Amino acid sequence: MAFDSSVFFGALFSTAFLNGALVTVFLALLSHGVGILISIPAALYISGPPSLLRWLVKGVLGVLRGAPTLLQLLFVWNALPQFFPVFREPWFSPFLAAWIALSLNEAAYQTEINRAALGAIDPGQKAAGVALGLTRFQILRKILLPQAVRVALPSTANEFITLLKITSLASVISLSELMSVTSRAVATTFQFTEYYAAALVYYLVMVYVLVFLQSRLERRLVWNTSAAAAAPGMLQKAMAFYRRS
Amino acid sequence: MIRVDNISKRYGDFLVLDKVSLSIAKGAKVVICGPSGSGKSTLIRCMNYLAPHDTGVVSIDGVEPKNRRSCEAVRREVGMVFQNFNLFPHLTILENCILAPMMARKLTRAQATERAYQYLKRVHISEQADKYPTQLSGGQQQRVAIARALCMEPKVMLFDEPTSALDPEMVGEVLDVMVELAGDGMTMVCVTHEMAFARKVADQIVFMDKGQIVEVAPPEQFFTAATSPRAKTFLSQLQH
Repeated sequence: MAFDSSVFFGALFSTAFLNGALVTVFLALLSHGVGILISIPAALYISGPPSLLRWLVKGVLGVLRGAPTLLQLLFVWNALPQFFPVFREPWFSPFLAAWIALSLNEAAYQTEINRAALGAIDPGQKAAGVALGLTRFQILRKILLPQAVRVALPSTANEFITLLKITSLASVISLSELMSVTSRAVATTFQFTEYYAAALVYYLVMVYVLVFLQSRLERRLVWNTSAAAAAPGMLQKAMAFYRRS
Repeated sequence: MIRVDNISKRYGDFLVLDKVSLSIAKGAKVVICGPSGSGKSTLIRCMNYLAPHDTGVVSIDGVEPKNRRSCEAVRREVGMVFQNFNLFPHLTILENCILAPMMARKLTRAQATERAYQYLKRVHISEQADKYPTQLSGGQQQRVAIARALCMEPKVMLFDEPTSALDPEMVGEVLDVMVELAGDGMTMVCVTHEMAFARKVADQIVFMDKGQIVEVAPPEQFFTAATSPRAKTFLSQLQH
């Protein structure tokens, strides 16, 4: 069976695929956004001295990191409504379920990234801020977080790329993201290659736009010339990304 | 200016400071020396509550802070220079100097910048204001660290082994700045192994060993006629 390019281009420029891709991007952005919002206070909190509540928080994060993402998606979509009647209402859509599940999952991973980034900062930085008479919040905002962001950015961008691809799991809870749009098209026509190729193009474009944005952002955050020379370029990062995938 | 009264501090089982008392008058230049592990750095870090003491009293200008807020307020009056400079690597030299004056002293950017240039000139490094710390040599970084502390216009300056992390050829430029600062009448407490500097600038040498102050004497007396055996051994080792 030959590659039917008209089917391929038809799929590529169809509103169904475009909508699917938009759902994928928005789901990834919203989930990572909420994940990051949760992860910053979580990372600061678990970096403190050991206590019972800290162990509990660490335990919850451990479960979220340890359980398969697919299981978490299915749990939120199928099991939550059993426990809480509010989730049986019509407003509880597949998108909302996927958003909740992926946000929590992402928060757990991002907390680890942030904790490591905060831990990588020389304790002398905090001491210098304290000695200058700054408050704890000022030290955090002006001294520790800007440096931690720089450390956390590459792993965070990688995490986002992984998340973008993981959104395809949400097809199992009938969310019309890019992968389920593709599967539906394949199921009716059996033209696997053309539709899979169109989906691949969408994923690659989304990932490469991200890699590009990441390198731009990293260059902006570099704070001296020697580090700029040592920072890996876009090509190296793209290659590293492919080796991992 | 600084009154340390009978303070003790433990790290786990290790008694770092053992009932230490010391009084530092306004305008005094005090050098703290002693073998490593004797508690010198801990003592100086107790003077701005960076390392909180377990028992005893530390008061700055008659104020003994009771909570975090008053600790922060007192620290603004006490400048500190660290062994490893601890400049903020994500900020330029100028930004390093204006951060705390703007945040903690509520100066405008223009006021803080003017003040920063004044002190950067004083440590002979104003031409580097727009560079980042890693672009400077160790000696230059330490001079910036001194300027950054001075920008808060503190009443007293604490130096915690300011030249120990420097290459030998850069020690001089930092000590020169400190000598100038002493000449301007700044109250200074300095933990250092630079005995030539101590002899030149200090009006009191405090010798510590095993968490206690063993001897307090003017430099001439300390270097020529130390009374305690431990200080004599320490001094004889320095001569080699």
